[in-house]
Amino acid sequence: MRKSDLLLLSSVLAIALIVFGICAALYLGKGETVVVRVDGEEYARLPLDEDAELLIEGVNGGTNLLIIKDGKAYISEATCPDLVCVHTGHADELKSIVCLPNRVTVSIEK
Amino acid sequence: MPSDNSKLLIKRIALCGVMTALALVFGYIEHLVPFPIGIYGIKIGLANLVVVVMLYTMNWQSALIINLARIFISFLLFGSATSLIYSLCGGILSFLVMLLIKSIKKPSFSVVGVSICGAICHNIGQILAAIFLLDELRIGFYLPILIAVGALTGTLIGLVALPIIKHPIFKKFKE
Repeated sequence: MRKSDLLLLSSVLAIALIVFGICAALYLGKGETVVVRVDGEEYARLPLDEDAELLIEGVNGGTNLLIIKDGKAYISEATCPDLVCVHTGHADELKSIVCLPNRVTVSIEK
Repeated sequence: MPSDNSKLLIKRIALCGVMTALALVFGYIEHLVPFPIGIYGIKIGLANLVVVVMLYTMNWQSALIINLARIFISFLLFGSATSLIYSLCGGILSFLVMLLIKSIKKPSFSVVGVSICGAICHNIGQILAAIFLLDELRIGFYLPILIAVGALTGTLIGLVALPIIKHPIFKKFKE
């Protein structure tokens, strides 16, 4: 490990942190609509402050169960094998829920 | 009797085969044991360890062949067409950037720096593929997180590669 490696590592981390901070300051706490997209097309638009359940039908017959509860949106069940969408937890302005096998995204927008 | 030159060639071909198998096993282990934090697509990048080691101990051609063979075989074994596109975008971008960084003389980076850049570019390639495939620009918000994580996992892989590439066994495969 050389000095240049350390310099590279620290500058990359610093830049990533600054960009993340700017994104967070711009977007966090400003969204109130849950937008569901399948294969890039808008599938549903739901208010974040009303509790709801929605069975999303993704591509290839796969489904994801979206739950909106207490101002938080998350996927509770899915038919995809990896369940990344379920493990992602709550969606927020910076973190969309993405299910690649079913091509489903759930994001919080204004 | 085979000449010394063809003996060397045979040794190299065997090494490439073994290394491809190792990269596949590493990829499979990572597939079995996902990183336990709720951010999509985070891996340590064990398979890249093989590619980095080959890049330093053999030549870029062997490293590229192993990288591509690993991607296509793991697609045939466990993947879908979508996962192939993600792997290819990440794998090729990461490989090209590692090759570029390795060739830079001033400032010169060690295997750690090369591995860091490889890991970061692997994540950037996959995010670009996701933005393109899902037509969802907002996924780009993952970028700073994935770049930071890539820098850390890349450092880890680079530090592991550091003693490996100095191992005398690899001298057997050089002229």
